[in-house]
Amino acid sequence: MRVNFTVNGRPQQADDVWEGESLLYVLRERLGLPGSKNACEQGECGSCTVRLDGVPVCSCLVAAGQAEGRDVVTVEGLADFAKKREEHGHGCGTGACGGGAEGVSTDEAKQWSAKGTDSQTGEGVELSPIQQAFIDAGAVQCGFCTPGLLVQADALLESNPSPSDQDIREALSGNLCRCTGYEKILDAVRLAAARQGEAV
Amino acid sequence: MANTRTAPSGTPTNVSQKHNKGGIGESTLRPDGTLKVTGEFAYSSDMWHEDMLWGQTLRSTVAHAEIASIDISEALAMPGVYAVLTYDDLPAAMKNYGLEIQDTPVLANGRVRHHGEPVALVAADHPETARRAAAKIKIDYRELPVVTDEASALAPDAPLIHEGRDDHHAGHVPHPNIVHRQPIIRGNVEEARKRADVIVEGEYTFGMQDQAFLGPESGLAVPSEDGGVDLYVATQWLHSDLKQIAPVLGLPEEKVRMTLSGVGGAFGGREDISMQIHACLLALATNKPVKIVYNRFESFFGHVHRHPAKLYYEHGATKDGKLTHMKCKIVLDGGAYASASPAVVGNASSLSVGPYVVDDVDIEAIALYTNNPPCGAMRGFGAVQACFAYEAQMDKLAAKLGMDPVEFRQLNAMEQGTIMPTGQVVDSPAPVAELLRRVKARPLPPERQWESAGEGADVRALPGGLSNTTHGEGVVRGVGYAVGIKNVGFSEGFDDYSTARVVLSVVNGEAVAMVHTAMAEVGQGGVTVHAQIARTELGVTNVTIHPADTQVGSAGSTSASRQTYMTGGAVKNTCEAVREKVLEIGRRKNGSYHPAWATAELLLEGGKVVTDGGEVLADIAELLEGEDPIDIELEFRHRPTVAFDLVTGQGDGHVQYTFAAHRAVVEVDTELGLVKVVELACAQDVGKALNPLSVVGQIQGGTTQGLGVAVMEEIIVDPKTAKVRNPSFTDYLIPTILDTPTIPVDYLELADPNAPYGLRGLGEAPTLSSTPAVLAAIRQATGLELNKTPIRPEALTGTL
Amino acid sequence: MDFLRPASWEEALAAKAEHPTAVPIAGGTDIMVEINFDHRRPEYLLDLGRIELLREWEVGEEVTKLGASVPYTQIIENLRGTLPGLALASHTVASPQIRNRGGVGGNLGCASPAGDSHPALLAAGAEVEVESVRGSRLIPIDEFYTGVKRNALAPDELIKTVHIKNATGPQQYSKVGTRNAMVIAVCGFGLALHPDTRTVRTGIASAAPTPIRAQAAEEFLNAALEEGGFWESGKVITPSIAKQFGELASAACNPIDDVRGTAKYRRHAVGILARRQLVWTWEQYRGTNGRSLEGAA
Repeated sequence: MRVNFTVNGRPQQADDVWEGESLLYVLRERLGLPGSKNACEQGECGSCTVRLDGVPVCSCLVAAGQAEGRDVVTVEGLADFAKKREEHGHGCGTGACGGGAEGVSTDEAKQWSAKGTDSQTGEGVELSPIQQAFIDAGAVQCGFCTPGLLVQADALLESNPSPSDQDIREALSGNLCRCTGYEKILDAVRLAAARQGEAV
Repeated sequence: MANTRTAPSGTPTNVSQKHNKGGIGESTLRPDGTLKVTGEFAYSSDMWHEDMLWGQTLRSTVAHAEIASIDISEALAMPGVYAVLTYDDLPAAMKNYGLEIQDTPVLANGRVRHHGEPVALVAADHPETARRAAAKIKIDYRELPVVTDEASALAPDAPLIHEGRDDHHAGHVPHPNIVHRQPIIRGNVEEARKRADVIVEGEYTFGMQDQAFLGPESGLAVPSEDGGVDLYVATQWLHSDLKQIAPVLGLPEEKVRMTLSGVGGAFGGREDISMQIHACLLALATNKPVKIVYNRFESFFGHVHRHPAKLYYEHGATKDGKLTHMKCKIVLDGGAYASASPAVVGNASSLSVGPYVVDDVDIEAIALYTNNPPCGAMRGFGAVQACFAYEAQMDKLAAKLGMDPVEFRQLNAMEQGTIMPTGQVVDSPAPVAELLRRVKARPLPPERQWESAGEGADVRALPGGLSNTTHGEGVVRGVGYAVGIKNVGFSEGFDDYSTARVVLSVVNGEAVAMVHTAMAEVGQGGVTVHAQIARTELGVTNVTIHPADTQVGSAGSTSASRQTYMTGGAVKNTCEAVREKVLEIGRRKNGSYHPAWATAELLLEGGKVVTDGGEVLADIAELLEGEDPIDIELEFRHRPTVAFDLVTGQGDGHVQYTFAAHRAVVEVDTELGLVKVVELACAQDVGKALNPLSVVGQIQGGTTQGLGVAVMEEIIVDPKTAKVRNPSFTDYLIPTILDTPTIPVDYLELADPNAPYGLRGLGEAPTLSSTPAVLAAIRQATGLELNKTPIRPEALTGTL
Repeated sequence: MDFLRPASWEEALAAKAEHPTAVPIAGGTDIMVEINFDHRRPEYLLDLGRIELLREWEVGEEVTKLGASVPYTQIIENLRGTLPGLALASHTVASPQIRNRGGVGGNLGCASPAGDSHPALLAAGAEVEVESVRGSRLIPIDEFYTGVKRNALAPDELIKTVHIKNATGPQQYSKVGTRNAMVIAVCGFGLALHPDTRTVRTGIASAAPTPIRAQAAEEFLNAALEEGGFWESGKVITPSIAKQFGELASAACNPIDDVRGTAKYRRHAVGILARRQLVWTWEQYRGTNGRSLEGAA
């Protein structure tokens, strides 16, 4: 079947979609947006969290056909989404918010390298506050849980700009991380909240 | 002037570079951080290739059976299916693989030995097509009786899991269903027992833990024109994979080119081969790129787990609290294939006493072959199971002696100079008593924190959490302590080395270092540390980390807490050689202009060559202008170890020891048997913190995995059928952020003079003591003995 | 597999009539797991995502009509006051992301004994409004669960709304899991006090082949409260009443041993939860209505 929806502000169309495919699969394998991760495919880990019409959901549990006509924001579009929210008081609805080429080719895969003294240089990459905070706080190790956590944590701070520790824990209780022991993830959300508070 | 490029392995040079910005000791940030937070980082499951096929593995639905027949015709006839492979299609004489013993069939050869063993492979144009085709393969299993524990494995009529064994352990094991046996005898337990005023015995059970890394096994194999294959994969050790892959494909190693893709965690679970060979076989058979991605269900069958264990311990002590002797037997269940079982046995036996002084010991550790899932490497590697048992014993002894459990441990704590049961002298700092003192001295977290919200109980701070099971009823606090000892690096005479290639060149007028190793970055932050080392040793700012591949020598495995020591050591070593080369060039070009080139100790700092007095002699980039890039690849070895004697267990088998202590504070709903860990404080000696932020992150992560196996994590295998009952994240639970407490970390930096920068491998030690500390705290809260981990609510409520 | 995308309720009913084997999908939090893990390959998936009326609710005088697809998050945020038991139960469901998608209709459709909304619905008192092209009917919640993962729906029927009695007194829900968030119930228990009728109702999850009420426990408590004049006096529940209520709730269970827990533990835990919830709800009753009743007596 054919599915049309908007991803990170850009209209997308996927053809020959098998009816049992999830939104996650379509994003990763058909639209070249592998940032949302496939860690459990049973809604237990939160690694595939995206915003679906603004609501954080596990994209592994959304049938591709259910996304028809809807608006999806993935980690690839998170920085733009956050930027537009700051500028216009709402998330990205129309503008092109990243996304693009199909898949990660093996050539691209070889390209990653460590430049500069550390990743905060980013070299032209604009990050949302929560993304920057995850890097700065040491909340990223293997990074597989990171995209889902970022989307979920960003949504938390959108609705609750100064969450208590228990609020953070509750909001992130559907996002499993196996590397960090969560302490630095808490640090990152606190840091993003604090920076957000200062900026206001 | 001893800036020697040929420094003997493991020996620090006696010229120390001073601090350079972004060098060691700083909490520099991950070089892959931006890619990981933007979703751009290419994990193995993100790989994509034009014309790519999907591979699917058909796995056995029974644990032990002969395969009477396999019929692939219907599967092969399906549109969209490009290949269906079974054992008969394997191209080379070599049809098995394995880390140490090549006993694992790539595809089942007429017999399956565990639930989920790979039997056939399918390549198709869509994963669903591949799944449907796999489902159409007809296999006729003739079930065999299952071996599931020591009694059934060693029974007189026990079926042999592997007949006709000819591996190097076969000759010394008492039964063919024992993979390896390692005794350690020192002193005289019978005599020492007579001195004991109290004797404590215990039988302990450690459940099967899963690494549960978040990125399931996956990779992409691309056939190449020369008949070889390029493999992009998430692994812990590229070169070890390569050695196992190439012979089965019938290819020379140079035709199997491996590149490390992004790795979504490992924790030991990627030390063994999973989909690597299968993807290559399908790619070569179809002449198309083939991607295999396990889902979570398959991942539980796709890698080895932590050995479940039965541990029988006897300790004695005098009435003034001195340990007299220890006798133990540790039975590890290795499952159907050997994997890392022999090395796990070596660790379990040699570390079974814990970080204590005990002169008279009688130790035996074995690993069984059974029809249970294969077990192998997981963070802590044999030392975890032992620590759980000996720490329970310490608490029992202290209680029996009426002593404080921490003081009792401190009284018997090993220190530098202590002799291990293997006869090896602990020759660098072993601050066991100090680590315990530090966690104990920490103020306790406030009680009844669920009330602090003011209105009603905040269930998020209570046992049961969001499930709203208690508002304080039945809740009792407990505090427990534990300390553990872990070895670092590969032991028992293994030729453990790492290779690093460092290239120093001038790019746009700036000196740039490129570090190239085959080290698997699995999340631990090795890439961060390599860049820091290069900055410290070469005085440059700009460091590029080359992707890990097999175009450079082996870096060994990202396991055994060894990578910062070993590949970090290799990077340091190679950088020193590069530095010497820079100075050589400097002397050649400028030596006649300034006497300091010949006489002073020279350092590379801030992009300059400087004297140790701070005088600038040259700019590195200017010096290298017009020169070929300096490109050096060197191997680095730690000091040699020897195998343990097969009868006495004596031998200097380990490279380095590492220690961590925990204090657990728990609150237990004693009526429902639910546990909330309130705080899990850790103190650990790390020798030298190359990156403090990463150090703390490693300790917190390791601590949490120990917490998991204390209160929830266990792969449950049906003892009647040897089938796995909970292969999913719905029923194999790992801690959420609401299960994980505050983890305050206190690290010491007592240098090990034998190690690069004095560092001590750190990734595993916190996983050891975390579990027994939580158990001890639960015992204190409930007054129950609790000899099995993980704790189930049933065990706390008498409802098993 | 075919994916049916009805744009309206009428189209959905027609589709279900034409393809009675079609599996409805709304939040997808159950069926998608089965598809992803290759446990199930329905001939048709019937997407209810575009049917607005399923995501609406209406709070009436005595009853709240809850659309089958109203996500748990909405229930927690909007219906805490009228449906406190269901809101509490909703809060224990899986994770925030799942609560953003899943709703009571899915729980009822799957009819897993472990579903969290069942005890709350049983305790509150509810009717399930189901409809087909043949017409609609109301199924009392007590008659809805017919077996393990089986319900009273005819093959051509879809769940439209759930009519839940608005709370007139305190309600509670708890479940036991071996983790502090995101667990499937090892067992669950719900209790609702109905001061208007001077009755109590209960619900038990995951401790019998279907969700059940603890009938004997309810009868015992109804009688004990009546005889002791507790409703009027609002006095403290005696420990012996609470104890016996718990024991009877335990006795109502007919659980199995499985990978999540033993039958013995489930029985034990349901008893503890019942006893605790009686104390919690009764204390709340005394703190509000109780005192005023006491004053009026």
